[in-house]
Amino acid sequence: MNNKLYDKLIFELSRQGRCGYSLPKNNYPDAVGSIPATLMRENEIGLPQVDELTVVRHYTNMSTNNFGVDTGFYPLGSCTMKYNPKINEEMAGNSVIASMHPNQPARLSQGALEIYHTLAAALSEIGGMAEFTLNPYAGAHGELTGLMICRAYHDSRGDKKRTKVIIPDSAHGTNPASAAVAGLQVVPVKSLPDGTVDVEALAPLLDDSVAAMMMTNPNTLGIFERQIPQIAEMVHAAGALLYYDGANLNPMLGIARPGDMGFDVMHINLHKTFSTPHGGGGPGSGPVGVRAGLEHLLPNPRVVKNEDGTFDLISSPDSMGRVSSTLGNFAVEMRALSYILSLGSDGLMEAGRLATLNANYIKESLRDVYELPVDTICKHEFVFDGLKDKSTGVTTLNIAKRLLDYGFHAPTIYFPLLFHESLMIEPTETESLDTIDSFIEVMRQIAHEAVNDPEMVKSAPHTTPVRRPDDTEAALHPRLTFDEL
Amino acid sequence: MNHRYFPHTEEDKRIMLKKCGVDTIDALFADIPEQLRLSRPYALGAQMSEVEVRSFFRRLADNCRSLACFAGNGHYDRYTPAVVQSMIARSEFLTSYTPYQPEISQGTLQYIFEYQTMIARLTGMEISNASLYDGATATAEAMILASGNSRKRPRVAYSSTLNSAVVETLSTYARYHGIDIVEIPEVDGVTSQEALNALLAEGTIGGVILPQPNKYGIIEDFTGVAEAIHNAGAMFIINSVAIDLATLRSPGEWGADIAVGDAQSLGIPLNFGGPYLGYMAAKKALMRKMPGRIVGATVDNQGQRTFVLTLQAREQHIRREKATSNICSNQGLMALFVTIYMSLMGDKGLKEVNATGAAAAHHLARELEATGKMKLTYPNHPFLNEFEMTTSIDTETIIDALAKVGILAGVATAPNKLLIAVTEMRTEEEINRYVETVKAL
Amino acid sequence: MKTYFSPSHEYLTIDEEGNGYVGISDYAQKALGNVVYVDMPEVGDEFEKDEDFGAIESVKAASDLIIPVSCEVLEINEALADNPRLVNEDAMANWIIKIKLTDPEEVESLMDLDAYNEYLATNPH
Repeated sequence: MNNKLYDKLIFELSRQGRCGYSLPKNNYPDAVGSIPATLMRENEIGLPQVDELTVVRHYTNMSTNNFGVDTGFYPLGSCTMKYNPKINEEMAGNSVIASMHPNQPARLSQGALEIYHTLAAALSEIGGMAEFTLNPYAGAHGELTGLMICRAYHDSRGDKKRTKVIIPDSAHGTNPASAAVAGLQVVPVKSLPDGTVDVEALAPLLDDSVAAMMMTNPNTLGIFERQIPQIAEMVHAAGALLYYDGANLNPMLGIARPGDMGFDVMHINLHKTFSTPHGGGGPGSGPVGVRAGLEHLLPNPRVVKNEDGTFDLISSPDSMGRVSSTLGNFAVEMRALSYILSLGSDGLMEAGRLATLNANYIKESLRDVYELPVDTICKHEFVFDGLKDKSTGVTTLNIAKRLLDYGFHAPTIYFPLLFHESLMIEPTETESLDTIDSFIEVMRQIAHEAVNDPEMVKSAPHTTPVRRPDDTEAALHPRLTFDEL
Repeated sequence: MNHRYFPHTEEDKRIMLKKCGVDTIDALFADIPEQLRLSRPYALGAQMSEVEVRSFFRRLADNCRSLACFAGNGHYDRYTPAVVQSMIARSEFLTSYTPYQPEISQGTLQYIFEYQTMIARLTGMEISNASLYDGATATAEAMILASGNSRKRPRVAYSSTLNSAVVETLSTYARYHGIDIVEIPEVDGVTSQEALNALLAEGTIGGVILPQPNKYGIIEDFTGVAEAIHNAGAMFIINSVAIDLATLRSPGEWGADIAVGDAQSLGIPLNFGGPYLGYMAAKKALMRKMPGRIVGATVDNQGQRTFVLTLQAREQHIRREKATSNICSNQGLMALFVTIYMSLMGDKGLKEVNATGAAAAHHLARELEATGKMKLTYPNHPFLNEFEMTTSIDTETIIDALAKVGILAGVATAPNKLLIAVTEMRTEEEINRYVETVKAL
Repeated sequence: MKTYFSPSHEYLTIDEEGNGYVGISDYAQKALGNVVYVDMPEVGDEFEKDEDFGAIESVKAASDLIIPVSCEVLEINEALADNPRLVNEDAMANWIIKIKLTDPEEVESLMDLDAYNEYLATNPH
């Protein structure tokens, strides 16, 4: 139950003279008064004035307007919304680490550097890579770092003409965007009807102007790119590097390693495969791994293990450069390590298998009512092209919104761009058969409603805290702060 | 095996495999060429119980020194109110996805809207985005924005007094993105305005990035700078430590076009590097050129006030390689963190934090100079709570001696340069211990 | 007055004095949906044929505007800044920029209305 008072904006709860903080008293003579007036702030900031309980009730009430993994199932394709174990939170809250300054010298921070190194080594084993950096802050930041490493590799060989990157047309939007930030020109390569890369279309694109090719495997349709050994050979023969977008790494856990498939550089989304919370959009973490021979190009600073078992931070002029002010989102890294330790080798070997079993089970259970454009065994996710019965006028968007009424998050919709009514479903290994069966039942119910009561589906959602927002008004007359309301 | 994170019973698996028309789970991977299949378990050790995980982390934490922090260099040991930690741990915030489904994400969208308002007000700018990774990457994004704004003026200038990690990061972005960056030299610890004016006169500079306070903790005087930059057709970008803006003249008051920096100082624990929070605020005219997510207000079909992600046509999932940035996430939960922090503290609390830190910092600087072992590198410039000392003893010796008594002395920026920051967290006893230890060296 | 079309769905109408008016076709405005913003160049900007001269955005899509002929911008349609939906109301009447053609012979490479309709009918989009 939401209280409408506390649901207001915090500025609307502000009353002159209220206060929500306590601070230790100042023991020393004032220093701010000695700063010249021209350097001092003139205007009030205008932050709210609220007492502590008002703040607590306001944000507690707001939280109840949110859906999270702890609330229910996210069948969200390409996002790997698995359970975020509570022990990870407890470990990330370690009070010693929490108070450690990022510039605390290595000799005084050995345990923290060992956390970094242990996680990086585990990711290297899982990815089949020689070394990982944990410095990038998110998946897209990892992609950017990885592509810069590819460029640094060619630069280090004195090869300056490689300015292009080949990206399948089914790729995540971040791939071409990261390429552009890294100063690379995007060359799309077509997919076959089953969403896999068209090797024949790829061949003529590979020449000495190509720096790298980016791939997601399994691809965004959840299909394993079987031609990958041949593609790797072609890319390498052209002198380019092969980049692995780790967004879909989950089903490969315990099954196959990108390094063994021929990839040279890869990133991992710790907030997907390694169970760290999405936090409503962040903080994530996007570690980047490289094969042997490219380690020296990893971003500064690097954490290395000395022969005597101690750890050090090094920076090298050979590196591709610095991409972050620190060693990355360290508390997120701690959560991922806690997860890897909790699962162990034996648990990790199971995760990809169970995720894949869940996905295939949903696909087979719904294919009679939803259009399955690519009929094959999928990995962790698959794509429906809307309802099988196209006569109802009920769209993928309608289905997604109707799911909200039934207490499920919506799937990823209208992606990949290969189909008109894409509806991309990914259940992770942490979802039980009971949860999945109830999701299947609801999806069938919606298909039934689409025929019998299409208006009900088209006007969904009906039971959520707010109903469908006017996106056009938001974009036409942007109001981005309280002052513009 | 039966792991507590995996709900599948043997019976469940049997039912599901039957539906899939296969006998074993491995049959679902038959499409993967045999030579690519992992033929052995990972060399990672067996699963640990919670008891073992706890003792693993305890052992490593025990191998770190817990020190009273006098280090800054862009990141500071600040007070975190208990309410903040308690609220951000609520799983509805913590375990939620990016708010693409506004109907079930109003919690996230509303706090981002509150965050944008607070950051816009703190920086004195009109708008803010939903946050970026950290201060260094936020500054690099501002550089890209400024460089792309005008075909005739693609170069970006930055002051040599900008924090070195920020400079290294934006140099990396510039090198690969293909932006010609140029350093403005410093004179006596502050940006040379003469050199800046000479650069602007070349007519090719599209953006100028200046720090406030700068990497020595000095508060620079930007009087006349905005006019000079704007007359040359360039953008004025100010990089600041967020909390300092509660006391110092804000980027908006200086006439900046973009304000960027790290907002870790708004109560976020140091955590050996993160997660922190980068902020970016700007004039409203730049809203369609901003990187990252932006939340706007609208109404739902019942007329209720509703918040949504807006101006999405800038973003990677729509524009792909033409996007303003490749950024996909923001630092969501950290934006909530600083929003709750600023709600609790208010204007008065932020100013008090700065005043307390500044008073203690000036006291420590005086006392350390009195030891005769070090002196202020730039005694003629004002500072808030951070200052650089030139030492007569090797800084590593000082750091080790102070570590022995439980103190992180600061950040050694050179063998005889020590950057020291004092916040509201440092006690009188710790400050006295610092001074006494230096005296005894 | 004669109107030409480009494969990227911009139109170019030439008036009696030889000046051009560039906008997006009715097909393009329908495909985009509710237009919320038109990013326009500045008066005096010069473009080579096929360069981007701006962008047009709806809520969930965005499209670069590609100049059909080499030109100098004489005028921009200020009305679109305040009310971008005019493009949806009448795309042909609400041009985006008025231009001076720097190489008028380039119009030869464009389609007339019949050819454009044929192009729409035969090309899947």
